[in-house]
Amino acid sequence: MSTEALRTPPDSPHGGHHTAGADASAHVTGHGAGGPAPKRIVVGYGFWIFLLSDVIMFSAFFAAYAVLFKNTAGGPTAEQLFDLRNTAAETACLLASTFTCAMASLAVGERNQKWTQIALLATGLLGLAFITLEIREFASLIGRGAGPSRSAFLSSFFTLVGCHGVHVTAGLLWLGTMMAQFYAKGFRQDIRHRFLCFSLFWHALDIIWVGIFSLVYLVGTLPRELLP
Amino acid sequence: MFGNLTWHAIPFDQPIPLAAGAFVVLAICGVLIWVWAKGYIPYLWREWITSVDHKHIGIMYCVLALVMLLRGFIDALMMRSQQALAFHGAGYLPPEHYDQIFSAHGTIMIFFVAMPFVIGLMNFAVPLQLGVRDVAFPTLNSVGFWLTAVGALLVNLSLVVGEFARTGWLPYPPLSELAYSPGVGVDYYLWGIEISGVGTLMTGINLVTTILKMRAPGMSYMRMPVFCWTSLASNLLIVAAFPVLTATLAMLLLDRYLGFHFFTNTAGGNAMMFMNLIWAWGHPEVYILVLPAFGVYSEVVATFSGKPLFGYRSMVIATMAICILSFTVWLHHFFTMGAGADVNAIFGIASMLIAIPTGVKIYNWLFTMYGGSVRFSSPMLWAIGFMVTFVVGGMTGVLLAVPPADFVLHNSLFLVAHFHNVIIGGVIFGAFAGYTFWFPKAFGFTLDERLGKAAFWCWFVGFYVTFVPLYVVGLEGMTRRMQHYDRPEWHPWVLVAGIGALIILCGIALQVAQLAISIRSRERRRDLTGDPWDGRSLEWATASPPPEFNFAVLPNVTHDETYWSVKQSAREQMRLVLPEPHYEAIEMPRNSPVGFVTAFFAAVTGFSLIWHIWWLVVLGLICAYITFVVFAWRDIAEFEIPAEEVARIDRANRQARAEALSGLAR
Repeated sequence: MSTEALRTPPDSPHGGHHTAGADASAHVTGHGAGGPAPKRIVVGYGFWIFLLSDVIMFSAFFAAYAVLFKNTAGGPTAEQLFDLRNTAAETACLLASTFTCAMASLAVGERNQKWTQIALLATGLLGLAFITLEIREFASLIGRGAGPSRSAFLSSFFTLVGCHGVHVTAGLLWLGTMMAQFYAKGFRQDIRHRFLCFSLFWHALDIIWVGIFSLVYLVGTLPRELLP
Repeated sequence: MFGNLTWHAIPFDQPIPLAAGAFVVLAICGVLIWVWAKGYIPYLWREWITSVDHKHIGIMYCVLALVMLLRGFIDALMMRSQQALAFHGAGYLPPEHYDQIFSAHGTIMIFFVAMPFVIGLMNFAVPLQLGVRDVAFPTLNSVGFWLTAVGALLVNLSLVVGEFARTGWLPYPPLSELAYSPGVGVDYYLWGIEISGVGTLMTGINLVTTILKMRAPGMSYMRMPVFCWTSLASNLLIVAAFPVLTATLAMLLLDRYLGFHFFTNTAGGNAMMFMNLIWAWGHPEVYILVLPAFGVYSEVVATFSGKPLFGYRSMVIATMAICILSFTVWLHHFFTMGAGADVNAIFGIASMLIAIPTGVKIYNWLFTMYGGSVRFSSPMLWAIGFMVTFVVGGMTGVLLAVPPADFVLHNSLFLVAHFHNVIIGGVIFGAFAGYTFWFPKAFGFTLDERLGKAAFWCWFVGFYVTFVPLYVVGLEGMTRRMQHYDRPEWHPWVLVAGIGALIILCGIALQVAQLAISIRSRERRRDLTGDPWDGRSLEWATASPPPEFNFAVLPNVTHDETYWSVKQSAREQMRLVLPEPHYEAIEMPRNSPVGFVTAFFAAVTGFSLIWHIWWLVVLGLICAYITFVVFAWRDIAEFEIPAEEVARIDRANRQARAEALSGLAR
C-alpha cells in the first residue's frame, strides 16, 4: 500500500486542519506544503544553526570574562594593558575584510572569476593583517609578564579573544580552499553553497568582534569611576 | 618521542583492570578475525562504515549504546558488590580504583549509552516519520557518529592505558585541577567528551535542519508525529547547550595544560563558575535525553491503544514548555553553594514548574489508553512501567527542589536514587520501548515477545529492589560514592540493593538471549507487511527494512496521523492496494569514508593530547585538514537510482504486502 492522497477524509485527531480533499496540502500551516526545501535553503539554514551554536559558545566565554574581570590577583588590570590604537587597527582590518567578502559575494553572483579571486585575496590579506596584529598584541602582553597564567582575568581575556582569533585562522584556511575551488572547478552549484556558508561565517566573526571590541576593549579602558 | 607514555601506563600490578582489558582486547580481536575469515570486511565497509544512510547510522548508534550499556553495567555491579562487602572492611576495590569506577559508570551511562541510544532512535525514525529520504546532511551525520565512537574509544582505552578520572562523572574543580589530579584520568575524560560533544552538536544541527526544512509535501508542523516534535525540542537543546559544555571543558583543559586560572584556588580563579557553567549544559542535557523518550512513549501508547494520541496540541505545547524551562533551573544542582534564600527560592520554584508540563503528558498518555483496546505487547509494557516509575521519580524530584529539604538530602544516596529513578525509568525504558517498537522496521523481523516481556519484568522489579533501599539509606544519611562504611543500620539495605542489581542483570541476560534467539528464528518472524503493530505514522507505510531511498514516491500528506488515515480510507473503500504510482529516478548521496577517516585522526589527536605527544598532535591536525580538503574536492556527491530500479524494488514490496494483507483478509 502506498500513500497517495485519498479522497475520504477521516476524522482529524490533532484537531487542527479541517480542510479536506486533494488541495488540503495547499492550506496547511508551517511551510509544509511544498515538501523538502531546495538544497540552497537547507545548506544555508543548517549553517545558520551552526553559527547560532558558535555564538552560544562565545557567550560562555563572554560570561566567564565578565565573572573574572575583576580577579586580577594583584596583577595588571585591563586599563593598564589595553592599547586602543592597536584594537582600532584590528577593527578596521576586520570591517574592511567584511566589505571585501561582500564584494566577493557579488562577483560570485556575476560568475566573474577575476574579481572573485581579487576580492577573496583582499579578504584573506586583511584577515591575515588582523591575525598578525592580534599575535603582536598577545606577544607584547606575555613579554610584559601579563600572560594568561598571571591571573584569572588574563586567562579569560586570552581565551575569549584567542578563541575569536582561532576562528579567524580557521576561516583563512577555509578561504584558501574556496579560492582554489573556484579557480579549479568554477562556479559549480555546490561550491557556491559552500561559499554562502563561508561568507556567513566571516560576517558572524565580525559580529562577535564587535562584541569583543565593545565589551572587552572599550569597557576595559573606561575610567574607573564609570565602571560598574 | 612518546610524551608521557611509558610502560608504567599499563596497570600490570592491578589484576582487575588488566584482566578486563585483556578480555576486551581478546573479544575485539576475536570479532575482527571472525569478520575477516567470513569475508565480511568489504560488506561492512560498504554498507556500514562508509554509509551515510540515516537508517544505518541510527542502528550503529544503538549498537554502540548497547555495547556500552554492558560496560557501564559491569561498573554498576562492581560498585554494588563493593558496598555490599565494605561494611566494617575494605571490600575488594581500593579507593583509587573505586573512584575511577563510579566516574566511568556515570560518564559512560550518560554520554555513551543514553545519548547514542536516543540519537540513534531519532536518526532512524525521524526521516521515516517525516516521509523523506534522508537527513539534511548525510555525510555530516556519519562524521557525528564516528566522533561519538571516538569518545567512547578514548574513555574505554583508559582502562588499560593509564587511568580514568577519579572525580565523578562531572569533573568538579578544584579536585579536577592539575594540582589535585595530576594523572591522565581527567584528560581522558575531557578529550573523550570534547570529541564526542562535537559529534553530538553536528547531529543536533543536522536533525533540527531536517525537521524544520525537510518534510514530505503536506507534512505541516501540526501534522508531525509527537516523536518528531520531541526530537525537535531535544535537538534544539543540543544546539543551545552543547556549545556551553565545549567551552566549559575547554576552560578546564586550558587550566590543566597551559596553567590558566579559570577554576583554580589561586590567582583569582572561581571554582563555582565551573558548577554554574557545567549545569547550564547539564540540566538541559537531562531533557535532551528524556524528551525523545517521551516521544517514543507517545507513539507506543497511541499505537498499542488503537487510538489517536489524546491532546496532541497540549503534548506539543508541553514539550516546548519543557524545552524552554529546562534552561531556568540549573542552580538546583547546587543549592548549597550559598547563593542566598531568594536565589534558591526562584530556582526551586522554576524546578517545580517543570512538573506541570510533565504532568500534562502523563495525563495525556493515560487518557489515550482510556477507552482504547490496549494490547500489552512488550513496547507497551515498557511504556506503562515508565508511567508508574517516572511519577515516583518526578515526585522525589519535586521534593529535592525544595531548598531546605535539599540541604539535608544533597550529595546523599537519596539523590542517586532520584536520578536513577528518572533516567532508568524515563530514558532507558523509553529507549528499550523504541528498540522493540522499531526493531522490525529496521531489520524486517520482530523480536521474541516472551523473552522481551520477561526482560521487562526483571528490569522493572530489579529497578525497585535496587533503588528503593538507596532512597532509604539516603534518608538515613548515607552519602554517595562511599568506598566503605561502618553503620550497621545501612548494611541490610545495601545488601538488598545488590540483589536488585542482580535482578537487572537477569533482565540484560534475557535481552541478549532475546536478540540471539530472534536472529536465529528470523525466517519465522518476517514482517512482510511493513506494519507489524498496526502503526499510525509514515514509517509503517514503507517496507521493513525500508529500501535505501525510504519511499519510492514521496508521500503526499493530507491528514493527521497520515498512515492511519490512509489505512482507514482503504478499509472503507475495500481497496487494499492502491494503483501503481508513476516512478521517477531518485538521487541519493554517495557513501563516504570521510566520517571514519576524520574520526581516526580525531582519535590519534585526542590520544596524543592526553599523553602530550606533541608531534603526533600536529600530524593528526594536518591530516584532518587534508581530509577536509580532499572531501571538498570531490566531484560527484550523488548517484542516481534509475526509475526502473525504483519500480522493481517497490513492486516487490507492494506484492509482498498485498499477499500478506490478502492472507489476513481470508
